[in-house]
Amino acid sequence: MSSIKRGVSLYSFQNETFQGKMSLEDCVRTCAELGANGIEIIGEQTFWGWPEVGVEDAAVAEWHRLMQAYGTTPVSHDFMLDYKRYKGREMPFDEQVASVKNDIDFGARLGMKYIRALVSIAPEVLVAAAPYAEEKNIKILIEVHAPLHFDHPWIIRHAEAFEKAGSDALGFLPDMGMFLFAYPRVWKEKFLRVGVPRHIADYIEKAYEDRVLSEYVILNVQQMGGTGPAIAMAEVTRHNAAFEPKRMLDYMHRIHNIHGKFYEMTADYVEPSIPYDEIVAVLQKGGYTGYICSEYEGNRWIEDFEEPDSVEQVRRQQVMLARLLGEATVPSLKTPIAA
Amino acid sequence: MMDNKMICTEQFENVVEGGETIGFAFLGRLPYYRGLGLSMVEDIQVSVDGEEIAREAIRFSVRGKTYTLDEMETVYDDRWNFGEKARIIALKPGGLAPGAHKISFAVRMRVSYLPFVPTTRDTKELALAA
Repeated sequence: MSSIKRGVSLYSFQNETFQGKMSLEDCVRTCAELGANGIEIIGEQTFWGWPEVGVEDAAVAEWHRLMQAYGTTPVSHDFMLDYKRYKGREMPFDEQVASVKNDIDFGARLGMKYIRALVSIAPEVLVAAAPYAEEKNIKILIEVHAPLHFDHPWIIRHAEAFEKAGSDALGFLPDMGMFLFAYPRVWKEKFLRVGVPRHIADYIEKAYEDRVLSEYVILNVQQMGGTGPAIAMAEVTRHNAAFEPKRMLDYMHRIHNIHGKFYEMTADYVEPSIPYDEIVAVLQKGGYTGYICSEYEGNRWIEDFEEPDSVEQVRRQQVMLARLLGEATVPSLKTPIAA
Repeated sequence: MMDNKMICTEQFENVVEGGETIGFAFLGRLPYYRGLGLSMVEDIQVSVDGEEIAREAIRFSVRGKTYTLDEMETVYDDRWNFGEKARIIALKPGGLAPGAHKISFAVRMRVSYLPFVPTTRDTKELALAA
């Protein structure tokens, strides 16, 4: 039995919540039934009004009622920090820091342990907000997300700033999409639907598997006569790569939450493009005890063609995670979501 | 993302003010997995049956407040929330004739973390009741 815990980012259900097909309670109940007791949200997706208008206490009280009713635990409020709020000028430094403090307050109101910072935010802003985060018992975690990775100079700069600040309130939230070891099938199928010739799509998929430098792949696709969507399909390899899960080991003392990104879970509980067996083994080796939160992102790759079934996709990933973590019980749903 | 969910089909009508038909309206959603402060909605484009509506002739309305696109650029205290159906009004004297019309609706967003400025478009045929 592993001490790693299972959770879900409600981002996973965006296709349903956007259309009003699932309420917040539907989402929380679904996670609880699957034994995924950690709940992560994007604050402004789940709570209308955040941050510009604010969120009423009644909505926060309802959040806490749901957490209690379903035995779930608030894990992370993912904030955005719109430093491009003003047309033509970047938000001033002090205002950015104040904005992060505002999200720390919101995270604290929701009972969160962590707030997620987007990777493009400057380390100085987070360092300046760290003392306030410490006061509120919140950790600010920067999301390490493809195309960035743990050996990228921008991430190293963050790591150095965090060590120099010496604050435990600063850390990382790695997104498992950076360990993309195969070209996702749902991406390839989408590109085929928008007109990429099959022989070119097959070539790109194989070149990705062979770890060919993306610049060579793009040139080869051009020379094969590829245009528009074919070039776009090849360019995806500039922003995604099969980085190594073991690179997380150097940073375990600052890794407190994990995005269990996935694009497709097959009926036999496999994510064909992300090596979760290896990922879980690395996290266990590193002594990780936090949550892996499901983050389904296949929706946007199939919605042109079929209605995503986010609940079923999350269920399958939770079954996979429970198996990899050595849990005795297979997660299952009890209450169907009304269509 | 959410491209095909931008135009909602349940409301499509002429807008009448003071007994005069001044344009038409439909409900539109932001094609994004979160909401956005109105100052970051850079542009909204509407066309009907291939005819582009001028930027100045578009109004955006949420929760009873109506804005021009230029006004929205400096609105820092209101949002287009996740999945929220905004009323998109296109000023067009006389409105539209009853029957089917091809509506195209695009939104350009200024997203802090993206190294590009995305425009997302949806096109649907809507029926205007007689």
